[in-house]
Amino acid sequence: MIDLDEIDRGILKALVEDATCNAGTLGRQFGLSQPATWRRVRRLQQVGVISGRRLELDKVKLGFGVTVFLGIKLATKGRISLDDFERAVMAIPEVQTVEHVLGMYDYRLRVTARDIPDFERVLRRRIMTLPGVGNVEANVLLSEERRPGPL
Amino acid sequence: MGFSFLIIVVNEVFMLDDLDRRILRHMQATPEKSIPDLADAIRVTTSRLTRRLEKLKESGVMRGQCAKVGWHNLGYAVEVSLRVTLDKTQSRAFDDFIAAAREIPEVLEIQTFLGQVDVRLSIIAKDMEHYQEIYRAKVLTMPHIADIEALMLVARIKSDESLPL
Repeated sequence: MIDLDEIDRGILKALVEDATCNAGTLGRQFGLSQPATWRRVRRLQQVGVISGRRLELDKVKLGFGVTVFLGIKLATKGRISLDDFERAVMAIPEVQTVEHVLGMYDYRLRVTARDIPDFERVLRRRIMTLPGVGNVEANVLLSEERRPGPL
Repeated sequence: MGFSFLIIVVNEVFMLDDLDRRILRHMQATPEKSIPDLADAIRVTTSRLTRRLEKLKESGVMRGQCAKVGWHNLGYAVEVSLRVTLDKTQSRAFDDFIAAAREIPEVLEIQTFLGQVDVRLSIIAKDMEHYQEIYRAKVLTMPHIADIEALMLVARIKSDESLPL
């Protein structure tokens, strides 16, 4: 496991806010030279503390007004059915995230749709027809907030 | 359930043309690509791409880019999704609960829902012992909780959160 010092944490926090921030600007905040900052950023990437980037889009402006989280219980279980289900669910463009979970559901999906009728279409034609699907619970997202986490 | 209603707000939708769509699709898949590489990939000049990106930013469609933290690699091996039902006879249930959730550093996401679940928290911990500590000392002491269910993350099968543009 990797140890981060105060400067690493500061850099990481700044990049979580804005990943396009260049090493020069970033370095000035912490009194570091551009190459020194760049080396730290590169190290954070290499050890996987920075695992990638996310493009932040305004989904409502792009016409995706509805986000629904689905809890899915598989009707039949076994190695084969999990693989079949995962392969099929990954191919649905409206499904944004798929998480395999332990608890009252087997999978948790984040689904985006233009509006409620569009969501109904995705649910009926794509989700309910997935191999092995049993019980499905839907919760419509009203608001979401990402927190910085324990940095 | 005390109340449940749905407000449909008609928003102005930004109309994308073919080039915008190509740009956004590529950027969703590979956000770290440099502007010259992106221009190559979608076969436009760098200057045309830059102008488009400006337009997408100005219109508010593109808000920016943020780094994703690999919590696993910082020693946080456990991730739990807590589905909370609140006591809605308390008029301040949502506000009080959310304010308390913001005070817990291990909370990564706070989402509110219309459905069986009122609020969902995504919580990370170093191990099960650490999770138990957070759960007892910080989660169970939050106000207006009627019921809590936990889902433990086994694996992320897909996590790019791309929009189907």
